Amino acid sequence: MRRQFNTNPIFMVTLFLVGLVPVLDVRAGSGQDLSLSPAGVLSSPLFPCSTCHAGMEPNLQKRALSFHPEIKIQGHGEPRRWCLDCHDAGNRDSLRLLNADTVNFNESYLLCAQCHGNIFRAWKAGIHGKRTGMWDGPKRYVLCTSCHNPHSPRFKPLKPEAAPLRPEETLRR
Amino acid sequence: MENKVSRRDFLRLSAVGLGASVLSGCSNGLLGDDLFRTKFQEMSPNQVKEVLKRLEEKYSGKYGTQFSVTATPAKENVLFGYGLDLSRCIGCRRCVHACVKENNPSRETQIQWIRDLRMKKGVLDLEKAEHYYSPEQVPEEGHYYIPVQCQQCENPPCVKVCPVKATWKEPDGIVVVDYDWCIGCRTCMAACPYRARKFNWKEPVIPKDEINPQTHYLGNRPRMRGVVEKCTFCIQRTREGRYPACVEACPVGARKFGNLLDPKSEIRYVIENFRVFRLKEELNTEPKFYYFFSMGA
Repeated sequence: MRRQFNTNPIFMVTLFLVGLVPVLDVRAGSGQDLSLSPAGVLSSPLFPCSTCHAGMEPNLQKRALSFHPEIKIQGHGEPRRWCLDCHDAGNRDSLRLLNADTVNFNESYLLCAQCHGNIFRAWKAGIHGKRTGMWDGPKRYVLCTSCHNPHSPRFKPLKPEAAPLRPEETLRR
Repeated sequence: MENKVSRRDFLRLSAVGLGASVLSGCSNGLLGDDLFRTKFQEMSPNQVKEVLKRLEEKYSGKYGTQFSVTATPAKENVLFGYGLDLSRCIGCRRCVHACVKENNPSRETQIQWIRDLRMKKGVLDLEKAEHYYSPEQVPEEGHYYIPVQCQQCENPPCVKVCPVKATWKEPDGIVVVDYDWCIGCRTCMAACPYRARKFNWKEPVIPKDEINPQTHYLGNRPRMRGVVEKCTFCIQRTREGRYPACVEACPVGARKFGNLLDPKSEIRYVIENFRVFRLKEELNTEPKFYYFFSMGA
């Protein structure tokens, strides 16, 4: 009862290999198969959430979180949105869809797809987001949450890598 | 005046000397094979094998690591195409540096195959582009970015102008250079409207610990002084089925790659579902490099 997921990476890899984790119905090219990066939260020291939450009475009151102060909804439908819109009140190791179905963290794309349908379609086709691997063979997809913080999803600015040398700088070498 | 060698004697002596050096060159194998070999496209499979083996030994010795030089040919029914999502690119230059790491260009006299152009929003005048931008963070307010590399034209002007046919378009659409055949005249650089070709003005210098020993004859094998080089869609990776290095390096997933002849490929999805354009279409170079916008303008 206590934990629904085993977080051991070897176990997760095995799950992928034997296909227990549902493989996406994506627009597949010529005979390619895909793998999906496991959700980052699964490797968090706080996971599984049920370690604490299983013994707690769900508090349905919308409020500032005292235990998870780092979690702030920013640029993602606040102030209307809050935790239990997406996290399942009954089982904190699951996410909750609009129709009250629950999905695990590795299927979080189903949750995001409820609003971002066009992005989801492009992601399935291999357009939105990063792909690595083979252009005509096995490729690796990453989950939405690998690049976007679900609570504050805008892609964060980066420091650019070094600019090319100007001609006069090259001459000095 | 009398002790000066006559013109006739001079010619006779040089002919003998040249003949002797040719003979000795051929007999010791190394010099002769490099100097008098035929061009790559006309080599028999056995000759290719010999050349690759010789290059592997040469590079392994020079860089102190075991080299692999392949000449994997194009796959049937493959025509490579590239997509770049301008609505995602943030100009972070991860692609530029991943390319350098993969393709062994000179570090000392710096050669980079990708240039990230910074543009003012609403302007598509390449003359006003800036590629030395260096802010603390990208993207910058009011700007967008266009990375430019070889556009692998279907109608490549660079190939047309090469006087020695040292550069050509492969069956899978990649425009390649045979560095051993290039005479360094740089006419191709003048012909390229995308400034995609780079010239080795000095002997290329690559630190031993930065060399990539997995190479292709027509791609990232070490070059020499006096030859032209350019992006090859990472021929050493893509001919083996892998994505180019820049595709895998892009943190925002703006770079897409695949087979234009496969209706289910990612690049075909891009062309069929998004607004695409190609640089300087009016020049009729028919680039296979498609810029697109996955988000509304």
